[in-house]
Amino acid sequence: MGAAAAFQHQQSAHCESGAVAGLLRGHGFPLSEAMVFGLGSALAFAYLGIIKINEMPLISYRMPPRFILRRLRKLLHLPLKIETFATPAAGERRLDELVARGTLVGVQSSVFFLPYIPVNMRFHFNAHNLLVYGREGDDYLISDPVFEAPTRSNAPDLTKARFARGVLAPKGLLYYLDGPIAPADIKRLIPGALKKECRVMLQPLVPFIGVRGIRMLGRKVHKVLRTAPLPFAQRFVGHVVRMQEEIGTGGGGFRFLYGAFLQEAGTLLGNANLQALALQMVGIGDLWRDFAYDAARMSKGRLPLDGASLSSQLNNLAEKEAALFRAVRAEL
Amino acid sequence: MRVEDVPQEGNATLDGQRKGMYAVGKDGRIALVPSRGWEAEELVTTGAVEHFEQLAQEALQRVRSGAAGALEYFMYARRLDPPTLAQASGVWRWRLKRHLHQPFAAIPAPLQQRYAEVLGVTRQELLEFRPETTGG
Repeated sequence: MGAAAAFQHQQSAHCESGAVAGLLRGHGFPLSEAMVFGLGSALAFAYLGIIKINEMPLISYRMPPRFILRRLRKLLHLPLKIETFATPAAGERRLDELVARGTLVGVQSSVFFLPYIPVNMRFHFNAHNLLVYGREGDDYLISDPVFEAPTRSNAPDLTKARFARGVLAPKGLLYYLDGPIAPADIKRLIPGALKKECRVMLQPLVPFIGVRGIRMLGRKVHKVLRTAPLPFAQRFVGHVVRMQEEIGTGGGGFRFLYGAFLQEAGTLLGNANLQALALQMVGIGDLWRDFAYDAARMSKGRLPLDGASLSSQLNNLAEKEAALFRAVRAEL
Repeated sequence: MRVEDVPQEGNATLDGQRKGMYAVGKDGRIALVPSRGWEAEELVTTGAVEHFEQLAQEALQRVRSGAAGALEYFMYARRLDPPTLAQASGVWRWRLKRHLHQPFAAIPAPLQQRYAEVLGVTRQELLEFRPETTGG
């Protein structure tokens, strides 16, 4: 094996697509982060009112954690092994064993306990992804995809982060490639991935996913800002922005990342329309950022709360995304 | 977003780190560009941090007046809330609720240990936690 020895760190916008791309790269299968994200049909929108984080609804701009991992395993027939553990001791032992063999190992962890994460960014989010590529004394050598440079963590902290409990508890989850990757024709996989993406965004089975979900968020924002007490309303809009702009989204709720994928896909397939749609996607990302800017200032009282303006921005975004994915579908 | 528009405002919460953002270069190619972050992100992240700090301070007041135990203060200080702490420590929510109002010593010893582990402090620290009566 020895994929870990020659491993080169590379920064990415999103942790899961970055970790999977890093794993593939380490095994001599270079696939860009954007391609991993796009092939995984990982872009989404979800307004999950019944799942609460700190009293706030779960709002997601992508598919749930481990989705990319599973999709890519299926699409590329990857010899990917995924393991979880009953006890921290067993999990640490297994990681050490793999690392000693020179295996490049992907790990799911909480961000709260990782010593290299800036203090103000440590929240109890359990589905962060990183790669372990070695061990020196008591330190694991870590390639955290969203950071610029390789970093490290001591063993007790990483083990604690891997066995954090609560929502999306990682249970020590680790993954690695056990064997060579079969050659694959990426070009042939793109249309299917685009089709899946269009289905999620345009024809979800439930009203809180895809473009319908964006419209639902618009209605909720309007309602909360009209009826809830001020502190809650401010926290609510701040929360929407955090989910969209926090570390690991690349800003614009993954829309820029997906734009990069559309462009690469268009180039590979020689499809100029897809390349044009890529830039349109980037434009949508910019609109999400405009929305974030207004909402963030409202959350801090620098702008008066204006639910009508925020919800009309969201409706506009829903319309633009619907038009874009309809155009993508027309290319298939 | 064009490469020259990638925010470099020096978002304090990033602590000098740069994160990657995809932007359109002069040649029209979309590529990853390191960003020092921007205002919106900083506002909402500090907002979330401050919210927990405020809850922790309020809990501290209640600990002083005897209306709450050390557990409630440490929960908020570690950026947890009752549902998350209940889940992380494997305790029913209604039971946790009762524990939050009790002095820490009144909680059964094995549970004290479990809470301490989740909160990343020793059991002793929780037992001996006495906020000074003046200031916070």
